[in-house]
Amino acid sequence: MQILLSSQQLQVTIQRLANQVIENYTSLENVVFIGIQPRGIKVSEKIVEHIRQLCPQEKIQNGILDITFYRDDVREEFHVASKTELPFSIEGKIVVLMDDVLFTGRTIRAALDALQDFGRPKKVELCVLVNRRFNRELPIQPDYGGLTIDSEFSQKVKVDWERNEVIIYE
Amino acid sequence: MQLSTKHLLGIKDLLPQDISLILSTATQFKEVLQRPVKKVPSLRDVTIVNLFYENSTRTRISFELAEKRLSADTINFTASGSSVSKGETLLDTVNNILSMKVDMVVMRHSASGAPHFLAKHLPDTAIVNAGDGINEHPTQALLDAFSISERIGGLEGKKILLVGDIMHSRVALSNIYLLKKMGAEVMVSGPPTLISPYIQEALGVKVEYNLKKALAWCDVANVLRIQLERQSQVLFSSLREYNLAFGVTRKLLDEVNKDIVIMHPGPINRGVEIDSDVADGNESIILQQVENGVAVRMAVLYLLAGKKGDN
Repeated sequence: MQILLSSQQLQVTIQRLANQVIENYTSLENVVFIGIQPRGIKVSEKIVEHIRQLCPQEKIQNGILDITFYRDDVREEFHVASKTELPFSIEGKIVVLMDDVLFTGRTIRAALDALQDFGRPKKVELCVLVNRRFNRELPIQPDYGGLTIDSEFSQKVKVDWERNEVIIYE
Repeated sequence: MQLSTKHLLGIKDLLPQDISLILSTATQFKEVLQRPVKKVPSLRDVTIVNLFYENSTRTRISFELAEKRLSADTINFTASGSSVSKGETLLDTVNNILSMKVDMVVMRHSASGAPHFLAKHLPDTAIVNAGDGINEHPTQALLDAFSISERIGGLEGKKILLVGDIMHSRVALSNIYLLKKMGAEVMVSGPPTLISPYIQEALGVKVEYNLKKALAWCDVANVLRIQLERQSQVLFSSLREYNLAFGVTRKLLDEVNKDIVIMHPGPINRGVEIDSDVADGNESIILQQVENGVAVRMAVLYLLAGKKGDN
């Protein structure tokens, strides 16, 4: 086991991602933030919380998306469905999808399919805390990336929100 | 955690955690049904046949909608107009359909145990019981439980009354199994001729022949239809008399003066087991039951289809 990001580094990375998103848009009125169940929720909460602190005058909209029913391995492996909560329309909006670790890209593929069922966003962006860049199985890349790492396929990368650390292990 | 069973033949075979999993998955599907596109691609590689050997409106439409919302391919079979009238047996009919590469069977049959018979002979095909004779109607009990939980927040410790033709009702039996497994208290009420004398010891339910007392006890009253088509002998004198003694009326509810949730699995015989102003009143969740039926059936089909990967 190895620590990729310490508690302090994790904090800085989250702040940087929040700043990068704000840097891209003069107004956040048409931007919505969507965390992907289950592990993207915490990251999105942390980043959105920071954006709120940086832009207290803006109304920031964030939601939760569960992609279980859209998985391509739905019939091979069993996954428990969790809740989806999008209390706003995504029609014509800029959607920033958020997840903790970008690995094969299959979760994001499913999330893009799921999003379509809620409307037609103007643009979809991807924000991830950790980008495992050589493990992709689909042509998907992040627009905002925290830490980029080279990892073996068999290794696991996890964000431990109790200790506020990102770890990699065999 | 997955379902402990490959088929849904009855609530009797389910574990409490199976029921919880189905109900929690149904909650997610209910949200799917509120979306602009009410459809998910989960079962697009699955073909389902709906075999209805007995009449049905709600259950058949509900299953078909659930299948379509899951992107499954569906075939509908009704006994009338089929080769059943030429003397084909149930197993032959189903085997012929399965040879055309069908993955799941949803079946309603007038004979109790018909889906169990199929499951025994076709162990590799998922069978869903959509009502078999006077035995069980598991998806109805699941959607009833879902609707109760949604309305009064949970099942445990809640007092549920079933009124009417308990003896011939597969809805009653499935409801009793389910509610007992989930820790609810169950009481039945109706004419003594329509309630088995052994029901108290066999299923652990309370029996109360006075409807007013029964209503005063319960949080939820599930009113059942008199199944005249299943009664071979006269078990009560007239529908009018039945209505006087066991019909749920506004007057009776006013006398009891308590917040009771009113349910009915349909089809309703207005003026017999329930009066129109009760069926259409604020305390009634009859149409919510129908709405929830699609989400619950989606959950059942989704969870059973998921088992394919085990093979």
